[in-house]
Amino acid sequence: MTIRLAVVSAALSVAVAAGASSVAQAGVLDTVKQRGSVVCGVSGKVPGFSAPDAQGVWSGMDVDYCRAVAAAVFNDASKVTFRPVTTTERFTALQTGEIDVLARNTTWSFTRDANLGIEFVGANFYDGQGFMVSKQLGVKSAKELNGASICIQTGTTAEQNIADFFAANKLTFKQVVFESSDEAAKLYDTGRCDVYTTDTSGLAARRTTLSKPADHVILPEVISKEPLGPSVRAGDPQWANIAKWALFAQIDAEELGVTSANVDEMRQSKNPDIRRLLGSDEALGNERWGLDRDWAYRIVKLVGNYGEVFERNVGAKTPLALDRGINQLWTKGGLMYAPPVR
Amino acid sequence: MTNDRSVPEGPPRGPAWTAARIRGLAIQGAILAALVGLLAWGVGNAIHNLNKAGIAAGFHFLGNRAGFDINFRLIDYSPAATYGRAFVVGVLNTLTVSALGIVAATALGFALGIGRLSRNWLVSRTAATVIETVRNLPLLLQLLFWYTAVLAPLPRPRNAISLGGLAFLSNRGLTVPGPVSDGPVWMVWAALGLGLAAAAAIGIWSRRRRIQTGQRFPAGWVGLALIVLPPLAVLGSGTVPLSWDIPVLKGFNFDGGLTLVPELIALWLALTLYSGAFIGETVRAGILSVPKGQVEAAQAMGLTPGAVLRLVVVPQAMRVIIPPMTTQHLTLLKNSSLAVVIGFPDLVAVFSGTTLNQTGQAIETIGMTMAVYLVVSLAISFGMNLYNSKMAIVRR
Repeated sequence: MTIRLAVVSAALSVAVAAGASSVAQAGVLDTVKQRGSVVCGVSGKVPGFSAPDAQGVWSGMDVDYCRAVAAAVFNDASKVTFRPVTTTERFTALQTGEIDVLARNTTWSFTRDANLGIEFVGANFYDGQGFMVSKQLGVKSAKELNGASICIQTGTTAEQNIADFFAANKLTFKQVVFESSDEAAKLYDTGRCDVYTTDTSGLAARRTTLSKPADHVILPEVISKEPLGPSVRAGDPQWANIAKWALFAQIDAEELGVTSANVDEMRQSKNPDIRRLLGSDEALGNERWGLDRDWAYRIVKLVGNYGEVFERNVGAKTPLALDRGINQLWTKGGLMYAPPVR
Repeated sequence: MTNDRSVPEGPPRGPAWTAARIRGLAIQGAILAALVGLLAWGVGNAIHNLNKAGIAAGFHFLGNRAGFDINFRLIDYSPAATYGRAFVVGVLNTLTVSALGIVAATALGFALGIGRLSRNWLVSRTAATVIETVRNLPLLLQLLFWYTAVLAPLPRPRNAISLGGLAFLSNRGLTVPGPVSDGPVWMVWAALGLGLAAAAAIGIWSRRRRIQTGQRFPAGWVGLALIVLPPLAVLGSGTVPLSWDIPVLKGFNFDGGLTLVPELIALWLALTLYSGAFIGETVRAGILSVPKGQVEAAQAMGLTPGAVLRLVVVPQAMRVIIPPMTTQHLTLLKNSSLAVVIGFPDLVAVFSGTTLNQTGQAIETIGMTMAVYLVVSLAISFGMNLYNSKMAIVRR
């Protein structure tokens, strides 16, 4: 199992080599600048979040987040190296400095913040775990799933969630756990399981790849909170700030009506909030912030605001056809709220 | 180890500490101390750096609630159990599939190896084809093939194939009635254990008697009776009331009884065939290493072909077969970790997969997993070495 070997050797290298701490001291930003690209850990298998197309061009919510970081640092959204990581190896890859940012539809949770030596910087997609079943079964609610076999991917919060949900509703289930989500979905498709479970966005993405997508239905119950977001290694506040504000700037830009199309004229806007965001006047961050004053302008110009990113990757015109739902701006009844640039 | 054989007889020429034996011990002691020191430094450094990076370390997590389910287990387990218990479930599952695989692969290997040497064209060609095909395809592909091959023809539970209304075969596995008892079940196991011990003793006794007196004793049948009868007697006496839990289709799946999941069957099939093919070649090599004169001599004594094989060829071939066959057994144990791709909850899937992910303690979980494979592998090696030393040529 080469993957596991890689995990072990990486884990041991962080542990044994004293180099781990010296990397942190050098600063991730300096390392990234020197290298000339941001190494971004992604899934590579979830359409709409991170997946390469037939030409090898990456797209997705997580991919665009990585591009926003690259745009802020280099003024060039293409200076990203995408590194697909499995659910099992992702945190070790981040801890050991194998990747600079982890943007892999990863749930932000207490134990991960507290025990893994990593820091989540926000949520770029609010999700929740759901169930997909075949229409033939005639199931209308997850509470009718007593005794069902459930295909699931290992190494996710989903395994605990279903155990909790079925126990709370006094139901039983039989899970079949696969290393990859591809295999889990394939075996669900063949009928080995009655149910496939993952985050609802992942269900929508998966349904597009099943043999007969129209034969499957996503049940209404959402059984957990899954704030998916990027994370960085703990201990480097400068890099954590950049990672944090790359996301906030996109949300703020949408709220202020700044898009990739109008960002140039918006730079001359009279609205002081917009002027501060786009760095029209003086720089707001000092040297320790580390980026030029037009960092947010570059993000919007080269990648777009949050709404653009959402519509481009998972919105109504994409195969996933997701609603904004709770990912709508707070001003429109959703949860997307970013601190102001001031 | 020490080169004490080279110590010359007679009084040492210099002071005692210059004796080769003492010097050898001193050097080995120094190397051992250096190794232990290096290990201790590594561990200390690892703990220090993990703390510094804010990553949790230590084995406290083993007592925490696991919170995830495992669909195949030999002992009681629920999501409310601890990670430590999940670890035990994983170890037992790995041992189960490995033990099943080793027994079946060895039997298949002997059949294939002997079959390939058969004078019957059809038998030898069939064995050769199986061996060459299976041996030259990656195990992972075969595993996925068998998983699909096992699953594809099986119906969904609602259309399950009923075997007399008691057992059911569907793509959820083979569900059979399971025994249930509130009584002291350990008594049955104890009776079985005593029977096994008695059968072993009878076997040894009858062998000695045959060597000394030449008289035969039906040790096989008596042994079988000693193994089977005591547990049945305990069950029959009514101290352990037993009832059968017959599976019933309830909603999605069968409820009750015991279920052999298709993942286990597929894994077992794939491991058995793959290792069986390699063992087959080992067996063939072993048989070919027995000088032809031995066979001819045995035939000249009027032994039947079966007896020639059983009494003359195989015992001599075993000396050549055992060491490489041990390697195959160890390989099978380690290959069983491929279970994770088809969703069988072996040690790697349960512990260095799910548990690692939920706790984030990569070093501890991977370390424990490696330790298990190491200990089991060494145990298999030890057992096979014992057997080998028994089978080796006895110098008279």
